[in-house]
Amino acid sequence: MSEIPGDLKFNKSHEWARVEDGGLVRVGISDHAQAQLGDLVYVELPEIGSSVQAGNAAAVVESVKAASDIYSPVSGEVVEVNETLADKPETINEDAYGDGWIFTVRISDRAELDQLLDASAYEELVENEDH
Amino acid sequence: MTEKTVLNATHRALGARMVDFGGWDMPINYGSQIEEHHAVRRDAGMFDVSHMTVVDLHGARTRDFLRHLLANSVDKLKAHGKALYSCMLNEQGGVIDDLIVYFLGDEFYRLVVNAATRAKDLAWIEKQAAAFGVEVKERPEFAMIAVQGPNARAKVLGLLHEVDRARIEKLGKFAAAAAQGPHGMPLFVARTGYTGEDGFEIVVPGEHAVALWEALAAAGVHPAGLGARDTLRLEAGMNLYGQDMDEAVSPWEANLGWTIALDAGRDFIGRAALEKQKAAGVKRVMVGLVLDDKGVLRHGQKVLTANGEGEILSGSFAPTLEKAVAFARIPAGEPGAVRVDIRGRELPVRLVKYPFVRDGKACEGI
Repeated sequence: MSEIPGDLKFNKSHEWARVEDGGLVRVGISDHAQAQLGDLVYVELPEIGSSVQAGNAAAVVESVKAASDIYSPVSGEVVEVNETLADKPETINEDAYGDGWIFTVRISDRAELDQLLDASAYEELVENEDH
Repeated sequence: MTEKTVLNATHRALGARMVDFGGWDMPINYGSQIEEHHAVRRDAGMFDVSHMTVVDLHGARTRDFLRHLLANSVDKLKAHGKALYSCMLNEQGGVIDDLIVYFLGDEFYRLVVNAATRAKDLAWIEKQAAAFGVEVKERPEFAMIAVQGPNARAKVLGLLHEVDRARIEKLGKFAAAAAQGPHGMPLFVARTGYTGEDGFEIVVPGEHAVALWEALAAAGVHPAGLGARDTLRLEAGMNLYGQDMDEAVSPWEANLGWTIALDAGRDFIGRAALEKQKAAGVKRVMVGLVLDDKGVLRHGQKVLTANGEGEILSGSFAPTLEKAVAFARIPAGEPGAVRVDIRGRELPVRLVKYPFVRDGKACEGI
């Protein structure tokens, strides 16, 4: 299991959020989540310009065995989606915290970030899940 | 209580992701399901299928019993060692299970039935066997390893005792024979499978299973999980009990008409119901679907046709084809333009004849 980058915040449902410049938040799924799902074969991306709500389904990732909703960690407007995933969904398996990001959101309420888990709390959650 | 095969610790040591499969703790993959799938299509892979149930039948009237129990006809089995795929039906013509029967002696046959249906199968078989004086004996002491792929037979043959090699090499498709494996372990080697590739399914006494697995691994056979087994059998056009058919479905409705033998004078269980259904016209058919758009066909998705709605049975991304394929049950008749509802979006799909893949390659028209 790869190291969890310390600058990430997490949903309990295994999505990560990285705060970037200009009020943008990049979103992906954790390395633990990609390992649980197995080989990804399809990603349904949100539309640029659509609005997402924290805790609501914003995208879908499908592995060979199942389809899973991706819940946005924060509310706001989708400003960018990772088009690479349309042809190479396995990028998420290979680099969940980097090239495997899914979309970015212009956050509407920064207070929502305080509701998310930090890296060490998320690590603890995953460890408890495994046992 | 979850049951474990004798290879459980071996799977865990290989880092397998384990899941509950019909009450058994089984490996879904050892890392990448897709790589395991390709290993079987291109080289050789092995599956622990020890959860499947081996049932031996003994008695002077065993053949008569099987002529009554099974929808396919054991009269097709002429030589010792030959195998036959068949459905076992209830009186309504619904499928209790699908199985393989091996003809091992004039008074000795072996059945291999599904794991998830073990208890009901044994109860049904025992109930029917009583009138024929047939002894029904489960063989839980056996493990089973399926070795499949274009190089599978060669790799297995290399592990057999020299005196057995030529004979097992000549073993025809859907036939089985006894042979000695590494260290003289006794094997029952069947040229059968559930992947659309050539290969063997090997029954081995449980105490030798780990040694056989390790010898196969040393010979370059890749461990493959039940995830890959599922995509391989779907591509190969093979039904999965519980998903593609069950007791509410007849073989006519599950594209298994080819396994029904309506031979003269054989009164098998479910025959009257099947003949009645055929005379009245079968209302639902099972078809193959291919999705050329991006997306994945899944069990339970709604299928829209000119004659009404149907449903996806088995559906998955097919690694050999790099697109999604499925079996669906739809109303009989000319279906028109067929669409599948995926999360509220209707995507067009192509109706095709399956198998989708045979001997490593996409079939024509897929």
